[in-house]
Formats: sequence, C-alpha cells, structure tokens
Amino acid sequence: MRRRLPALGSVAIVAAALSVLPFVLSDYNVYLGAEVGVFFIAILGLNILTGYTGQISIGHGAFMAIGAYVTAVMSRDHGTNLVLTMLVAFAACFVIGLLVGLPALRLSGVSLALATFALAVSVPQLPLQWSNYLGGSLGVQASTKPSGLFGISMPGVAALSNQWIYGVAWASSALLFGMAWLILRGRVGRAFRAVRDSEIAAVASGVELGLYKTLAFGISAAYAGVAGSLFVMASNGFAQYQDFLVVLSLQLLIGAAVAGLGSLWGILVGAAFVGLLPKISGSVPLIGSDNGRDIVYGLLVILVMLVLPGGFAGLLARLRSLARGLNRESIPVKLRESSSQ
Amino acid sequence: MPRFLSPLANVQPTVYLVVAGAVFLLVGSLDSARFASLTVGGVGVGAAYGSLALALVLIYRATHVINFAQGELAMLTTYIAYQLVQWGLSYWEAFFATLAIAFVLGTAIQVTIIRPVQHRSVIGTVIVTVGLFILIDGIASWRWGGIAYAQLPSPFGFGAWEVGGVPIQHLYAGMFGIVLASVLLVWALFRFTKIGLGMRAAALRPAAASLAGVRVDAMLALGWGFAAVLGAVAALMYEPSQFSGLTPTLMQTALVYAFAAAVLGGLESPAGALVGGLAIGVFLNMLAGYAPQVVSLEVPFAFAALLATLLIKPSGLFGQSQVQRV
Repeated sequence: MRRRLPALGSVAIVAAALSVLPFVLSDYNVYLGAEVGVFFIAILGLNILTGYTGQISIGHGAFMAIGAYVTAVMSRDHGTNLVLTMLVAFAACFVIGLLVGLPALRLSGVSLALATFALAVSVPQLPLQWSNYLGGSLGVQASTKPSGLFGISMPGVAALSNQWIYGVAWASSALLFGMAWLILRGRVGRAFRAVRDSEIAAVASGVELGLYKTLAFGISAAYAGVAGSLFVMASNGFAQYQDFLVVLSLQLLIGAAVAGLGSLWGILVGAAFVGLLPKISGSVPLIGSDNGRDIVYGLLVILVMLVLPGGFAGLLARLRSLARGLNRESIPVKLRESSSQ
Repeated sequence: MPRFLSPLANVQPTVYLVVAGAVFLLVGSLDSARFASLTVGGVGVGAAYGSLALALVLIYRATHVINFAQGELAMLTTYIAYQLVQWGLSYWEAFFATLAIAFVLGTAIQVTIIRPVQHRSVIGTVIVTVGLFILIDGIASWRWGGIAYAQLPSPFGFGAWEVGGVPIQHLYAGMFGIVLASVLLVWALFRFTKIGLGMRAAALRPAAASLAGVRVDAMLALGWGFAAVLGAVAALMYEPSQFSGLTPTLMQTALVYAFAAAVLGGLESPAGALVGGLAIGVFLNMLAGYAPQVVSLEVPFAFAALLATLLIKPSGLFGQSQVQRV
C-alpha cells in the first residue's frame, strides 16, 4: 500500500486541480477543458484495447460517431435527458463493440488495423444514406432543454453551458478512469495483458482468447461511445458527420501513442495534446489553423514514436526508475523496467 | 503441365473463379450496352485501385506492415506533377519526373522514419504511417489546398472509341494500359533482375538473405521506393476520372478500395491485388450504375467485401494460408 501512495497522491492532486479549473478559467478555456475531457475518455478506451490488449484500432472515431448520434437522435425525438443518453450510448456501443470484436477474433495486427480503418471510413457515410432519420449532411440538433433527472440543473449553472459540460465530462472521466483502473488491475486486466504479450502463452495458461478480445473491444467501444455523446453536448448539442471523419480516429490513435500505450498515467497528456493543439497551432503564423494542426500532429507523433516509444507514460516510468536507480543500483535495468509495468 | 504454369496448380479454384467472373462480364457486356460501358469504366478505375493495392502488397510482403500513408503519398506526388505542369513541363515530362521523385521520396521515408521503428512492433510502425498520413495531408492542404479547382491536363483526352455501340473512353483505356505496363515492368524487375531477386530474398527470409550477402535494409528501402512509384501511377491515372479534380482528399476513399482489393486478392499476392482492384472497381461502378439510391454506401460495401474476405478466407483469393509456428 505504501508503494501506491505516490500514485494516489498525484491522482488526487490532478483531480483537485481539474475541479478548481472551471471556477478560475475563462469561459472559452473551460470549454477547451471540457473537450480535453472528451478526448480523455476516448483515449482511455482506446488504450484499454490497443495498449493493454494489443488489438490495434484505427476505427474508434466510428464508435464516437455512434455515441454522438445516439445522444442527438434520442434527445431530438424524445427529449431524453442528456445524461441518460450517455448511458444508452455506453450500452449501445458496448454491444456494437462486441459485434465488431467477434470478427476481430480471426484478425490480428495488420488485418485488424485494416478492418477498423474501413469502419472509420464507413460509419460517417451512414447519416448521408439514411438522411431522413440521421439528418444527412445537415446534422442532427439535440434538444437543448434537458429535463430534470439526475440533478441536471446544478445550482447556478445552465444546462449545456461550458461549465456544465466541463462538470459532466470530467465527472464521467473520473468514474470511467476508476472503472478502467479496477478492471485492469484484476483478473480481467491480467488476461488482457496476457493476450497482448503472447496469444499462444495466454491460451496455454487457460485464458479464453475469444472472450477477452471481444470484451476488450466492447469496453473500449463503450468508452468511445460516451466520449462521442459528450462531444455532441460540447458542440452545443449538434451532431454532424463531418466531425467524425477518419481524421478523428487517427487523432485518437495519435493521442494514445503520445500518452503511452499500456499505461494509464499519460492519458491526460495525450488528451490535452489532441484537444488543445489545434487551438494553439491556430495562432501559429504562416501555416494557419487546420493544416498547421495536421502538420504538427504528424511531425510530433512520428517524433514520439522514434524517440520515446512509451509516450509520456514511458517517460514518467523512465524518470522514476532513474530516480530509484540512484539508491538501488544493484537491480539490473531489464528487471526494473518489467516490474514497473 | 508446362513448368511456367506450375504456380497455377495450387490456385486452381481461384483461377476458375476469375475466369468465371471474366466470362460473366463478357456475356453481360455482349447482352447490354449499359452493362458494357459500366464494365469499361469499372475496369479503368479498378486498374488504379489495383495499382495502389499492389503498392500496399509490395510493402506488406517485405515488412508485414500496411502503409496507411500510401494513398496520401500518392496524392502528394500528384500535386508535385501538377506543380511541374504549372511550371511549364509537358504532361509526360511531368509524369516521368514525378515517378522519379516518388521513388526518391518513398526510399527516403523508409530510411528516415520507418527503419528505426520497424523491428519494434507492428502497432508502432502503423502509428508512424498514420502520423505520416496526417503530416502529408497537412502539407498538401497547406501548400495546394487553397487552389479552387486544380486539375492535371488529361493525358488521353476525353474522346471515346465506339465498339459495337459501346463507348470505350480513351481515359479508361489509357488508365488500364498505363497501369498494366507499370505493373508488368515492376513484375519483370522482381522476376528477372538481380536487384529484384535480392528484394524478394530480403522479403522472404531476411536473416538468410543477409547471410547470403543481400543488403536487406537497402532492399527494403528500394521496395518502399517502388511502392511509392506504383502509388503515384495510380493517383496520376485516377485523378482525371474524378469530377472534383485534384484535392487533398483525392486518394482517401481510393485507399479504402485499395485495402479491400489487397485483402480480397490476399495481402501476400501481387496478382491478387491487381485482380482484386479490378473486381472492386467493376463492382462499385455497377453499384453506382444500377443502384444509384445506395451510392453513399459505396464505402461501406467495400468495407463489407473486405470484412467478408477476412472472415471467410483470411488469406484472400490468391494467398496461401499461413501456418503459425507454436
């Protein structure tokens, strides 16, 4: 337990900082913070699948799109409470994730990357085909007047205001982070890592490949669904297919790589990288906003993969083992690295 | 059976299937002029998909990695050709200069950013190509994206031959011819030259090849170069067939179709990639022609084809199933 204290301490500090921020930042920056929260959830989900279970997905933007349209359509047609739609998005994407995970059983590595990439390209086309129901290229506007359940009307905070979204996004982030931590530290998490490290060894030790691969897909997709649902809320309750094109999926993968695959401790940095960079590079002269963002994304992610394959979390781990190495130099480097994972 | 036909022995069912498909298209074309013209268009565009798919297969065979930036790289080289034409080169001068530039570009990319990560993990390499995808997209949009309507001059004009009442557009015939020629050249290079032999050895058994004196790293870099050339041919031929002209998103859906084509043919098989590309091209053109109400589902249909192949026969039509050593 004593060993865990520093980790718990830093989580507490980050959580405290995140809960103070909406009261000190300007309204626009609170909105940016909410967006970072959205990416936090999506990257967390992707990391469970790609980082911990070793199944690559270039299609998580598709699950975000599904979550987003669930929220927008339910709210438009039935005036459903937005928080309730998040739960529905979670459940729907969990089921769809399981379904996508089923064929993924037979695919590995590159084939899976291809299949999920095709998913990312296909799903945003669906609103165009069923435009009566899904709004076509015009998008779907959710009803912006959420009704009262779950204490939606926080005192002094209007629904869908930036502070409201910030609160919902980070409250769900905290909840989902805790859930991910619980899942990953126990039996299921061990099975996930076994599948990642060697499928053959995992099977030989009695890990049911099919069960755990599909489960990882389901959980991860459910996280992305919640992120998509929040994404709609953060864009004023408006869902349009242009927000969920393949670039979004690539951004999530890039965020996960920057955060560090297979670790929970860098995700905040990865989310901030993906969420804030477009806004920062927008003010960079010469290159301009969107293109500048893409160029910087591309360069940085390549650089990260070349120089720092473990991402930010890898950097943290390296610093920690360096600090530890100062007083315990007798432990071989190899051992120390594998025990810290 | 003559010796040069011996590879056919283990792929016979596939050959029957391909022949049956060809016969179906031929009979349909004789029966209906509309069917025939859809087939012609499909074959033309399908050749471009096939060429891009072949580029993917070349790299996959060598390193077991899919280059997600292949389409964007092809788009970038098309913009380079556009720029060269703007600077006053004729189309064909620009064409060949672009192929040379593509070769250098592909080789340089392999040496600088792929080589350091390729031994680490598949996921890592895929992420690097994803980064490359978004980087090239950004560069092309920044440099050329603002041009309202960019277009390369059409190398073959917009005329058509009439064959039995069916128009065969010079554009489609030219696409097919150029792609076929470049594919044959690359095939001959792999089959008959010493460098090609080295590249095949490096792809098949890297360790053994390097023991035998093949410079494996150099061969892999060359492979990326030739893949970039094939991609450039695909994009240069594909561009005139698109109404939207030259845009930074030119090759993004084409890349999905190329993926589907490569998987359909078997990721390991160059011939399969080409046949897969033609099949996807014809299928999508038929879909657009006969079922225009589902035209925005073209990509999902290609996805379904890809997924179905992966599920039913993961090694594709032309591939041989992999045996994993336990």
